Amino acid sequence: MIERIKTFVARYGALLLTLVIFLSVYFAGGQLYPAMRKPQVFFNLFINDSSLLLVSIGMTMVILSGGGGIDLSVGGMIALVSTASAALLRAGVSPFIVLPLMIVMGVALGALMGWIIQSLKVQPFIATLMGLFFTRGMAYIISLTSVTITNDVYRTFALTPIHIPFISKAYIYPTTLVGPIMLIVAIYLSFFTRFGRTIYAMGNNEQSAMLMGLPVARTKILVYAFSGLCSALGGIVFSMSLLAGYGQFATGMELDAIASVVIGGTSLSGGVGNVIGTLFGVLIHGTIVSILQFNGTLSSWWTRIGVGVLTLIAIGIQSIFSVKTKRS
Amino acid sequence: MKQTTFLKKIRESQLFWPLVAWALILLFNAIVAPGFFKLGIIEDPVYGKRLYGNLVDIFNNGAPLMLVAIGMTLVIATGGVDLSVGAVIAISAAMGAVLINPALGNQLITNDILTRNATNTPLPIIILADLAAGTLCGLWNGLLVSRAKIQPMVATLILMVAGRGIAQLITNGQIMTIYYTPYFWFGNGYILGLPVSIYIVTAVLLLAWLLVRKTAIGLFIESVGINTKSTYYSGINEKNVKLLAYTFCGFCGAIAGLILSSYVHSADGNNNGLNYELDAILSVVMGGTLMTGGRFSLLASVIGAVVIWTFTVTVYSLGVPANALLAAKAVLVLLVILLYSDYSRRLTNRLFERRGSQHDRAN
Repeated sequence: MIERIKTFVARYGALLLTLVIFLSVYFAGGQLYPAMRKPQVFFNLFINDSSLLLVSIGMTMVILSGGGGIDLSVGGMIALVSTASAALLRAGVSPFIVLPLMIVMGVALGALMGWIIQSLKVQPFIATLMGLFFTRGMAYIISLTSVTITNDVYRTFALTPIHIPFISKAYIYPTTLVGPIMLIVAIYLSFFTRFGRTIYAMGNNEQSAMLMGLPVARTKILVYAFSGLCSALGGIVFSMSLLAGYGQFATGMELDAIASVVIGGTSLSGGVGNVIGTLFGVLIHGTIVSILQFNGTLSSWWTRIGVGVLTLIAIGIQSIFSVKTKRS
Repeated sequence: MKQTTFLKKIRESQLFWPLVAWALILLFNAIVAPGFFKLGIIEDPVYGKRLYGNLVDIFNNGAPLMLVAIGMTLVIATGGVDLSVGAVIAISAAMGAVLINPALGNQLITNDILTRNATNTPLPIIILADLAAGTLCGLWNGLLVSRAKIQPMVATLILMVAGRGIAQLITNGQIMTIYYTPYFWFGNGYILGLPVSIYIVTAVLLLAWLLVRKTAIGLFIESVGINTKSTYYSGINEKNVKLLAYTFCGFCGAIAGLILSSYVHSADGNNNGLNYELDAILSVVMGGTLMTGGRFSLLASVIGAVVIWTFTVTVYSLGVPANALLAAKAVLVLLVILLYSDYSRRLTNRLFERRGSQHDRAN
């Protein structure tokens, strides 16, 4: 029995601790500011961080695939998708053409980066850095100023509240659902498909994954394409919730996403961690932001310092657990 | 025969590709905008006769990036990466601006006091505080990487995220304008007609070069980058080697912050040194140092930084808006990737070799 508990802790300890950190930060906020106890505050976390959740899901898969995998282009992709869709809508293109087009663009750009990484043997850091420069630059080329969206379909998506059953005065928006849906898709992909198992195998040891006959090259390109899909969806959600498109949107979001993934217990060397932890990483980020908002007097830079300190704490906890796993 | 080995030597030097890239950009300028190379001497009211022209500007404006690239080279050579240099630049700039601020400690803060050409702290102490702040940041990174054994990317990510917050905390969230003229000397001053920043870069490069090539430290760094474990087993304290590399990188970032804030006459926690970490890594990669660590060349990285700035100035002189520069930079990165890929290496090697063998036969 004790042995089983030990293995359980070794396997899920980091995840459990992330959960504990989230709950303690959240309840500490509730103790400090009674207004934070309202259920709506919890749903606001999902509303405000829906695009961060989306890009973090993609980022988790990329980081899990190992080989220094990282996707720096996510923030730029959000800027590009929001600006491009706003410009297309302004030109009178139907949103039912714009939306699929944006998703195709995201997947294509992601796959292109994956192909460059795989076939030209380029470091993911450099290749996706190019993606970041390209997407942000293109967003500015499309429009140097913010473009507002007045399309009715977008407005409906952005402004129709969905009431949560059984909880009074709690609501979310249709766009909020995209993140959790993608989370379920990602959980399914990573735990129940060959694709997911290949990602974990690659992350642990690419060479042995290749020798096992796993389709490493294809999977690597697909992982980056998946991240491109996630950030394109993130861009759509972002532009819907702000009803605008601008090249300066989501500046530095790649860092928040990486920090969320790391706080969620995923190792940057790949193969260790999962998307569920990432969800809590994102929620922790959102909670810090809302505590600062409830405080009102603390300035925005405390968010950054708070995220930095929490990343440090999360890594400290993980390193303790990784030592324990090695011993067992 | 002798000629082929000479050619091969040139081609295998780390300086070859960055110089080729630089030459290509300069060639492009020579064709499209011949005025690009114009150099002149003007009489400066403060600093006397000085050189002016695009080439001087490239070296003057690019100095912070070159400095950061020098530090980054050592870090990358140990197999790590330092994402926090941009934040270190912001911290160092904020430190300088706050210490200068003549309103500091004054009860009555009026616009008159704020804009006074005076300082609250003596200049040498400001410089020391700047350098100490940056070096401390580097030391922190180094301790996290070498002692706490955190992956370099995560360890420096912490300071990258928190650092800009700290910089804003120092300046209390304000963009501080500096009115103290002696401070401007680092970014705008001239010695013998050349910008001061060039001398600073040369001094730091020389210091780093002496450190790594005239002592065994350079060898240790390369050995850590190639195989940390075997370095440890050969009796080298690999922890201290890493610590030194990160601390030096922080030191370089601090000088860069000093020059940058002096050049723009202000400190802005959000925007000082924005994306410098990315540009610095790009310079190092352009200089032929692999991101996995190992063999490195300081001079090649500095040339990489020069290439980036020449490219930037070129794009500006073509009339591309500042924001769209990023798209052009993406093209630059793509070219670098293609130029450095195994495929193109093989292609050029084959090209040169064939010519070499024909040459031999003719003899």
